[in-house]
Amino acid sequence: MSDAEAAANPDLLVVDDLGKRFGGFVALENISLSVAAGERLGLIGPNGSGKSTLVNCICGTLRNEQGAVRFNGQKLDGLAAHQRTRLGLSRSFQLPRPFASLSLADNIRVPLLYTVAARGTIHTAHEIGERCHDLLNEVGLEAKAQHLPRDLTQVEMRKLELARAMATEPKLLIADEVMAGLTHSEIEEILTLLARLNEQGVTIILIEHIMRAVMSFSRRLVVLVSGKKIADGAPDAVMRDPEVERAYLG
Amino acid sequence: MIFSFDLLINAIVSGILIGGFYAAVTAGVSISFGILDIVNIAHPAFIILGSYIAYIVNASFGFDPIITAIVVMPAFYVLGAGIYQIYYVSFEKRGQESLRGLAFFFGLLFITEVSLVLYFGVDYRYVDAPYIGPAWHFAMLDIPFRILVPFLVSLLLITVLQLFLTRSFIGRAIMAVAQDQLALRLMGVDPIRIKRIAFGISIATASLAGAFLIIIQPVEPSVGREYIGRVFAICVLGGMGSLPGTVIAAMLIGIVESLTSTFYGPSWAPAVSFGFLLLTLAVRPAGLLGR
Amino acid sequence: MRTPVFLLIWLIVAAAVFGGSLAVGNDYVFFAGYVVLQYVVLGTAWNILGGYCGYVNFGSAAFFALGAYSTVAIYKFALDADFYPIPIPFLMLIGGAVSGAVGFGMGYLTLRLRGAFFAIATLALAVVLETLVVNWDYVGGSRGAYIIRPEEIAPIGNYIRYLFLTMMLLAVAAITIARLIERSRLGYGFATIRDDELAAEASGVPTLRLKLIATTISGALMGMAGAPFPYYISYLQPSSTFGLDYAVNSIAMPLIGGTTSWVGPLIGALLLGSLQQIATVTISSAVNLLIVGFLLVFFVIAAPNGIVGLFHTYLQRKPEEFVGRRRVDPDAPGTVP
Repeated sequence: MSDAEAAANPDLLVVDDLGKRFGGFVALENISLSVAAGERLGLIGPNGSGKSTLVNCICGTLRNEQGAVRFNGQKLDGLAAHQRTRLGLSRSFQLPRPFASLSLADNIRVPLLYTVAARGTIHTAHEIGERCHDLLNEVGLEAKAQHLPRDLTQVEMRKLELARAMATEPKLLIADEVMAGLTHSEIEEILTLLARLNEQGVTIILIEHIMRAVMSFSRRLVVLVSGKKIADGAPDAVMRDPEVERAYLG
Repeated sequence: MIFSFDLLINAIVSGILIGGFYAAVTAGVSISFGILDIVNIAHPAFIILGSYIAYIVNASFGFDPIITAIVVMPAFYVLGAGIYQIYYVSFEKRGQESLRGLAFFFGLLFITEVSLVLYFGVDYRYVDAPYIGPAWHFAMLDIPFRILVPFLVSLLLITVLQLFLTRSFIGRAIMAVAQDQLALRLMGVDPIRIKRIAFGISIATASLAGAFLIIIQPVEPSVGREYIGRVFAICVLGGMGSLPGTVIAAMLIGIVESLTSTFYGPSWAPAVSFGFLLLTLAVRPAGLLGR
Repeated sequence: MRTPVFLLIWLIVAAAVFGGSLAVGNDYVFFAGYVVLQYVVLGTAWNILGGYCGYVNFGSAAFFALGAYSTVAIYKFALDADFYPIPIPFLMLIGGAVSGAVGFGMGYLTLRLRGAFFAIATLALAVVLETLVVNWDYVGGSRGAYIIRPEEIAPIGNYIRYLFLTMMLLAVAAITIARLIERSRLGYGFATIRDDELAAEASGVPTLRLKLIATTISGALMGMAGAPFPYYISYLQPSSTFGLDYAVNSIAMPLIGGTTSWVGPLIGALLLGSLQQIATVTISSAVNLLIVGFLLVFFVIAAPNGIVGLFHTYLQRKPEEFVGRRRVDPDAPGTVP
């Protein structure tokens, strides 16, 4: 895609020919992908295929050497991660990274203070406190609001991760393996939550290994194998693709 | 500033020789910081400790400092292993390395220096050996043996270390522990034990480096502080954990220091390596031969 | 407790301490007290970058000395220009500005890197600055600089009392600033930098900008603490001004007192500072530094949360590891920028 074409693309997120290497190891190669506003995209692939690296490059945690990422028409080159978050691009970390010395409520408070308050939509400490409790409530952690992250189970930590990403009031939310280890009903809870977010206008990229969840949630599916995109389309069609079958079954 | 070709050549050669010594001094930090990611800023203190041990033995019995250092190396190894164990239990396990771990090593540096001051005073100490004094005159070069001998033994030390790290099982496990602890565990190797061994080796090199130091120049307790910046500058410039890189970086810094000292005066020398460090960190943190 | 109330309380405490010291009738109280108060400022300043943000500064001596040498430079200049004596608060502002600027500059060069590199760079900075000063004859170079301390200054009288008073006011300012930071949005930002910088960035925290703010404030306060020092000591020498004891004390006091709030450095400085003043008189100053070193290592291994942490554990509350204790006032206006 040429620069002009990419600029003309009305999609919310446009990844154009992205490449990332670590020394001699090619983690991502020629990744091109676009996500329209309001879409529900599923991103799947075997372990080590580069999904998290892609997320890191999109969100600015890593710098890609090749290609460009556009969000809302704006090129993200050189923008720090916090600037991308403030633009409305949010992610949860696959391995939860809570702020260990802050309570759960304060963990949620930070993104509110630094992202949402910066936009001027919330003003008083009271409003912020309310939002903290609302968000914790949505993921079922309200009862532990004053606890430290070390008191949480693995599963609860993932929910905190998600809540923290939601707190930034994103336009696009990348949920990186939020459901690992959850029970059937907990998965349903999260899916409902994400669906509700989507109805409110948040674009969602769901990265998951739990096929049932991905298939039911996604309207479009992208498959990454060994750093390359091998499929991109409607979930049923993608799963019938022989190349995808080969990647997953042997 | 008197410029003469004679002076220039001698400064450069002197720089290379000192550089070899610097490489031995830095080898320990290349292992502890470059490979194990432990910021042991107390390393120079162990070197000074080595110098003082060489001094006592030399003053009391007249033994050669390098021989003394080699004999004492196992004790330094045990000391290193013990310190790593404390460091691991108190900091690495708790995830506190960045603040408290650093403060711990700083405390060790401080305690060592002040203890030496209390015991030995601030007078300069030196050793006596047959190669301290005579020099080798070759064309326009003036090479004192007291610098040449440590240079040669340093290169020997580095070569042995490099062979160990690349050829032996434990050596390669040490290189591996930096990259993938989980894989090591899966192979049935305890990464903590490997790190302990590596850190022990790191401190053991300090014993020899200390002997080199007191052969080259008189030593007093605060001399170690000049070496903190040098050692980390060389380690970073050399690419963090690459021993060949360390040698090149050490010689480079040695030459620049030597030229500065010869043409601008010795009082500027300490700033050179530190300045190098700041520059490297600002411009190319991956070092010359960066990983 | 709102900040103005806090400030008022501590100003009253300061007045009481000053009055009490006058009542003792021995000027030695002021000489010793000055050093302890100086460490309150240094420890608090260090803690803003070290305890709150998690970035270790080994070069406290450099920032302190910059403040001191700014004063020497201005003193020499004023002497030539016949403008004398210069009020201490003015010198503090200059010293603070110089150190703050250097802190900012150094931060800009090194804060993008890992904390370990920053720490090593601060060591490097201390040596580079010492070398520069030693080679700068205007401020005396390695020979040192003499500052003539005025005998009296109206209305306080004895000059050493004046120095004590200004340092005490600076100490009150320092702990007030520290507390203000803790309770503001900045304090939360600092805590996230300490806990997990990557996650902080992802949450919208501008980590580099905050780290620069911390380094600048920290450096400036240290410079302000150093500004009156030439008047205190009368003869300023690079080797002792850039000495390791400033570095070790400004690290040891917060780590021993407790790094998570303004209380820790205060306790650490008062306890350790007084201990050292007593030890210097009764034993030697080298031994007293050795004790500081051992205490530092001991506390860092055995009591990582410092005296404040031990206190909380003893009271069997959950160790208050979060920044300060927040009670959100429901109708308080906005967040502090």
